[in-house]
Amino acid sequence: MRKIEPFLALLLAAAMIAAAVMAPWLRFVLTIALAKGIAVLGILLLLRAGQVSFGHALYIAFGAYVVAFLAPQVNDAVLLLAIAAAGAGMLGLVIGLFVTRYRQIFFGMLNLAMAMVFYSLLEKLYAITKGSDGIRVEAMPIAGQRLDLATFEWTIFGIALGLAFVLGLLLRLYLASPMGEALAGIKTRETRLEFMGVPARGVLLAAYVMSAVLGGIGGAIIAMTSRHVTPLLAYWTSSGELVFIAILGGAGGVLGPFLGAAAYELVRVYAAASFADAWQMILGAVLLLVILFAPGGLWGMAARAIGGGRGR
Amino acid sequence: MTATLSRREALVAGFGGVLLPATLSAQPAQKPAELKIGVTTFLSGPASVFGVPSRKACEMLVDQINAAGGIAGVPVRATFVDEAPGTDHLVGEMRRLVQSEGVNVLLQSISSGSCLACTPLSRELNKVMLLWDCGTQRIFEENRYEYAFRTQGYGTPEVLAPLLYLLKHKPDFRTVAVINQDYAWGRDSWELWKAGMDALKPGVRVVAEMFPRFGSTDFSTEITRLLALRPDVILSTSWGGELVTLIRQATERRLFERSTFVLPVAEASLPTLGRTMPEGHIIGTRGDHWNNHPAPANPELFRSFVNAYRQRNNEYPIYPCHHMAQAMWALKAGVEKAVAAKNGGWPSDAELAHAFRGLTFPTPTSTITLREDGQGLEDQIVGLSTFNADFGFSVPKDMMLYKGETVSAPVGQKSTDWLKTLKPDFVASAGRSI
Amino acid sequence: MAEWFQDNGLLLGLAVLDGLSSAGLIFLVAVGLNLVFGVLRIVNVAHGSLYAIGAYAAASIGIFLTGLGLPNWASIPTLVLSAALVGAILGPLIERFLLRRIYAQEEVVQLLVTFALFMILEDVQKLVWGVQPIHHDTPMTMLGTIDIPFGQDFIPFTNYQLFVLPGFAVVTLLGLAWFLRRTLTGRVIVAVTTDREAATAMGIDAAKVFLLTFTFGAMLAALGGALSSPTAALVPGIGAQTIVLSFAVVATAGLGQIEGAALTSLMMGMGRSVAVYFEPEFEVVVPYIIMVLVLLVRPQGLFGVTETRRV
Repeated sequence: MRKIEPFLALLLAAAMIAAAVMAPWLRFVLTIALAKGIAVLGILLLLRAGQVSFGHALYIAFGAYVVAFLAPQVNDAVLLLAIAAAGAGMLGLVIGLFVTRYRQIFFGMLNLAMAMVFYSLLEKLYAITKGSDGIRVEAMPIAGQRLDLATFEWTIFGIALGLAFVLGLLLRLYLASPMGEALAGIKTRETRLEFMGVPARGVLLAAYVMSAVLGGIGGAIIAMTSRHVTPLLAYWTSSGELVFIAILGGAGGVLGPFLGAAAYELVRVYAAASFADAWQMILGAVLLLVILFAPGGLWGMAARAIGGGRGR
Repeated sequence: MTATLSRREALVAGFGGVLLPATLSAQPAQKPAELKIGVTTFLSGPASVFGVPSRKACEMLVDQINAAGGIAGVPVRATFVDEAPGTDHLVGEMRRLVQSEGVNVLLQSISSGSCLACTPLSRELNKVMLLWDCGTQRIFEENRYEYAFRTQGYGTPEVLAPLLYLLKHKPDFRTVAVINQDYAWGRDSWELWKAGMDALKPGVRVVAEMFPRFGSTDFSTEITRLLALRPDVILSTSWGGELVTLIRQATERRLFERSTFVLPVAEASLPTLGRTMPEGHIIGTRGDHWNNHPAPANPELFRSFVNAYRQRNNEYPIYPCHHMAQAMWALKAGVEKAVAAKNGGWPSDAELAHAFRGLTFPTPTSTITLREDGQGLEDQIVGLSTFNADFGFSVPKDMMLYKGETVSAPVGQKSTDWLKTLKPDFVASAGRSI
Repeated sequence: MAEWFQDNGLLLGLAVLDGLSSAGLIFLVAVGLNLVFGVLRIVNVAHGSLYAIGAYAAASIGIFLTGLGLPNWASIPTLVLSAALVGAILGPLIERFLLRRIYAQEEVVQLLVTFALFMILEDVQKLVWGVQPIHHDTPMTMLGTIDIPFGQDFIPFTNYQLFVLPGFAVVTLLGLAWFLRRTLTGRVIVAVTTDREAATAMGIDAAKVFLLTFTFGAMLAALGGALSSPTAALVPGIGAQTIVLSFAVVATAGLGQIEGAALTSLMMGMGRSVAVYFEPEFEVVVPYIIMVLVLLVRPQGLFGVTETRRV
């Protein structure tokens, strides 16, 4: 299974590109899906340690607002992506130092609390953030190139796809490394880990900071795609959405988040198009069905279909 | 390595694809089989108290228009999209409406946030966008749009008119407190009010500024504080469930006996409140479409709209229904004007947009002009609450009408700058009793 | 400091009175969530939906019965009965057909099942009750108000908020404490909360305890909603707002801790009302600040017990 994963990734990428070429409006939806997929990679990392963050929308919102605030000064998408990633990493380090002391529900709820505080600040500091109206992000040059709008959108789509590929690959390597293996140790027998001289908190903190960086990148891409940021990005339902995508896609492999995000966004779009006032119910039902009848998520289903059998 | 190459090839193919749609727009417009409109409104969440009635009104008008032969002979079809999931979803949906559903005109949004995020899309999509309900003054004061028009008033007149009414009705107030929802409209409307009040009646003391969380279900602490402070005037631009909760809790604790309330968005909540709404407080409706309007321009049309809506939905239309109707009437007037300008030919998107600029269209109560910057000028009527047994809920009495052009900031000026230039004698000249 | 108190002491007194009713409501919702978490180890996101449905059901049953000529005094018992009805119907349904299937699964999966349920129930509420604000305030209005002296002035408070809400909270707290400590079923619940494996090993029927606890938790959520319905207008979305605060209470209180939930609710209710008087902009973040501060000092929550680490 692990061997064919890269090929599946290429297949998925090709399908996304084909869809985006055929239907221009899908390009937008798929860019958002890729961005969320990148953020969900971070959730996956923490899930490996058995920890559920119910507040990772914080980092998405942070990355998005970094872009919104700095775009007038910095005015370059590549630079902004880097700043958003670094900023989210630093925020992740500060918060991580605190929250990695906790496990299970406390970990989840503290993350939730942090995200809700950030959400409240975005709403309260109206003079700076424009509150719930949000901030508009204009299309910006990319790596010094000033592009027309369609090319800009294609390029952001390309960047999202490229980043998804590279980050997915890096994460895969990380999970197979001793640090990644130690994460799984936190999930099963944390004390044993420490007997072996591995500082569990350090391992979790490293993963947490990485997940924050991934969230920041995802948020920056979202801001550049929808070109408008609002506090809703940080609301707890958005955090729930990320966990939703992680489980929908399946926590077994790094392709899961992207499968999950694409499926999530498409279901949402089609549900909203056909049942404008019951789309939540449809999403909820899809999630329930996947959990009850397809444990391992879409990735697990794919794995079984291919016959690899180890989709977890 | 091969992997990266094939991906790059695919990307190049993708870039090529983008050239195709650009060539499409140059073709001459053909008369469509149906006029498709995409409508964004709240179908879930707290603001669906506005969104769902507006959708009902839209569906009713589409049926009525189609029964009468459509617009310029073309039947209308409406597609609805929920605003509640947030802007990243909504922006995608707008694109889908235009690029996949082939929508001809977009009627967009209740929330100011949605409008701010989506109106710039009118440039990219080159589609006429009618802003049918959102109130933020930032849209046309900070940007210029070729394809976007607002078919109703906006925050500035909707706050200024009740302020002017207060200054006339109760000129000697000395203290004021505000309790607004904590989101853009709550904050913006207070900023507009404060700028106007400081210019028209300098020296009023603000004793409390409270912005409870959006969606709060309990204001008892805020009410206790207001009871203790005894301000002469309490402003609240809240709406929906929160306004109903605030009024009921405040009535029960007799806050309405201590202070005069100014409630610029009260109308939509009055049917729900029934007898609970206290007498003699200042109420507004974001326009002039009160059910008891004493002198609508076209009384028959007004009655037929209200009665048809009541028959269909067993409730009175509230202001979002009227705002939706204004957008539909503007659509009809605009398309017909554009078709007439082409001697019966079907207009391109650019020609359609051109027809909307400067358009004056009739509403049952008055007329609305879409001025040069795209902003509509809608009259405002404010009055004092009084229970009316015929309706079964409160309606205004001692009404004052403020013309849209009088209470809106002139083209090219920011609302807060303009409000600061107002002089106290404006109060006497601004409105007239009806 | 002393001077500040001289100026603001009276206001502080008012803030305490306001805090009481708000704390009472927070407690009723949070204690149910905490109980369910303590026993089932599931963070029930749909607890907020049960709250909302409880509120809606109480209001519409109240409106319906008032139409049939229900005397005013019966309106408060009606609230309680409506809540019990909602809990008794939905609780077993959810536990039997949904939660039972996932007890063996990971925590995150359990959380998501309730999240999915929450999404579904949000739309169900809309389909059943529509979107226009619904309110039924007879329970509040029939009890009238009481004037509390305030310097030269007086402040009217509703008896409902000043006495009924905190009263229900206190009765629930005492009742729960008695039930859990003094009855056999209660002790079984406590046993399962403290050590599930040992309890089941000793022959306790966990399935029965889970069903009972969840139904009871659902009733408490619905009761919180029902008791809030006389003062609040009900609109779509009230469940989403309630649940986050309850989460904060549960984590701060310590898992499954009834007294912890009471103390936390009191702190959060008071904290918020004091903020409204002196720094209104801080009101929304007060619960989270309290939570972070408490967890800094006591990582297992106010009354939480440190769990033995698995080796």
